[in-house]
Amino acid sequence: MLRVVEIDHLTIQYPDVKAIDDVSFTVNRGDFLGIIGPNGAGKSTLFAAMLGLNTKYKGTIKFFGTDTRKSKNYLKEIGYVPQKPIFEKNFPATVNDVVKMGLQKESDVSKIDEILQLLWIHELSERRIGDLSGGQQQRVFIAKALVNNPKILILDEPVTGIDQQSIDLFYSILKELNSKKNITIIWSSHDLDAVNKLANHVACLNRTLFFHGESNDFFSNDDLVKQYSEASMQEHMHHH
Amino acid sequence: MTFEIFTFSFMHRAIISGIAIAILCSVVGLFLVLRRYSLFGDAIAHSSFGGIALGLMAGLYPLWTAYGVSIVSALIMTRIKDRFNISGDASIAVLLSSGIAVGLVIIGLSGGFTLDIFSFLFGSILLVSVNDTILILSLTGIILIVILLLYRQLLYSTFNEEQAKVSGVPVEKINYLIVFMAGITVVTSIQLVGVLLISALFVIPNVTAIMYGKGFKQTAIISMSFSIFSVVSGILISYIFDITPAGTIVLFAIGIFACTMAIKSAGLLSRNN
Ligand SMILES: Nc1ncnc2c1ncn2[C@@H]1O[C@H](COP(=O)(O)OP(=O)(O)OP(=O)(O)O)[C@@H](O)[C@H]1O
Ligand SMILES: [Mg+2]
Repeated sequence: MLRVVEIDHLTIQYPDVKAIDDVSFTVNRGDFLGIIGPNGAGKSTLFAAMLGLNTKYKGTIKFFGTDTRKSKNYLKEIGYVPQKPIFEKNFPATVNDVVKMGLQKESDVSKIDEILQLLWIHELSERRIGDLSGGQQQRVFIAKALVNNPKILILDEPVTGIDQQSIDLFYSILKELNSKKNITIIWSSHDLDAVNKLANHVACLNRTLFFHGESNDFFSNDDLVKQYSEASMQEHMHHH
Repeated sequence: MTFEIFTFSFMHRAIISGIAIAILCSVVGLFLVLRRYSLFGDAIAHSSFGGIALGLMAGLYPLWTAYGVSIVSALIMTRIKDRFNISGDASIAVLLSSGIAVGLVIIGLSGGFTLDIFSFLFGSILLVSVNDTILILSLTGIILIVILLLYRQLLYSTFNEEQAKVSGVPVEKINYLIVFMAGITVVTSIQLVGVLLISALFVIPNVTAIMYGKGFKQTAIISMSFSIFSVVSGILISYIFDITPAGTIVLFAIGIFACTMAIKSAGLLSRNN
């Protein structure tokens, strides 16, 4: 099995908090990894370091065997869907414009139609991105992430504020990308049921990594699930 | 009379340079407006005042020192802004006032106002020489080529810096490039509308065009058309009535903006109310 991601003793300290504390794990080619953890657990922080957006960390992050500090080439193989894509509401870009931004080679424009079809947004291609619903926008950003045929897709909690029907469609698309196109997926979520259904690996993160392994092993172990739920609850109460 | 004015070659030069500047300001301005950097043009224009004063004092051609000082100070300000996390509007205020302050002090030291302050403030498009026209056309050509070549990177980093970075776009370099192009554009355009009205050309055609709800390229083309129309009509009308072109040009731009809003409120432009 080919290791596509290796994270070794990763620690990330913000001025006020240690957001990630000595986290190590690996991801193999074709894995569908669900990263679960309550608000503030460090999921987005972990992704920012993996994507080279934050380089102030201790430990090592390797993609395809190469340290991300040494070369940025790995980014070409990654599609990333951020937690909240921020842009000007009236930004004059159509769906087509946005997907095209992700395209590394101008010559591949035919890919755009293909990907819009795949995500059921081809009819929206001339609409402005800011005029779409949250679920539609999310699919546009996934299309942008997929347009270069990435080997790895990284999604940060992408279903907040989206109706159940769109979420189901989104999940079935993810499942298909993973099983049919063999794209490795690393996906952070609060939704335990969805992770149970989709992911074949689970990482429980709450500053430290308190579980990482096959998702069956996690969900069949009531103690672990309970422990996770309690940790989340505490965090939840903490926030209110 | 309307036909007669075309026979004057200064009018040809004014119209040709005016069209080039209109295109340049609208394209570069679109990136600035979308980056919430609308007043950046204003700040650069004010800092060019320092540059012009410096040129006059040192006995150099003021336009060259204006290019140098404006571009360098804009790049330095951008660096400071990123390094110390200063907000965009505050950094604009700092740049704007320091340019004027430096200019005033230099003028004071060199014994009073020697420069033609009126044409600097309000432009002097009817006075552009053949050399000026050639310079304006060349700079416009170069900047347009750069924008076409780096179109995706410019658009992407304007849309969302973080995502652009993850896609491997050298966002920081692109940001400096935009500042650099804005510096050249502003100093070049001072001849058309002067320091005080420069941001009108950067901003008004673009906010107008954005209201039409189109994609990026179409928005840029709409903006350019409005900009060219305002500049050409402004120059012609102001000549006929013997008033300053700058004010007339900007009023045309504002007129189109007002019409667009009227059309939009009447519901003729659909979708995003
Ligand atoms: N840029 C930052 N500067 C300082 N502290 C930060 C920064 N970003 C996040 N933090 C802190 O780091 C911790 C982890 O935040 P992070 O955003 O990674 O959590 P998360 O798991 O993504 O949460 P959520 O589920 O709400 O998205 C939090 O305590 C947060 O306050
Ligand atoms: Mg997060």
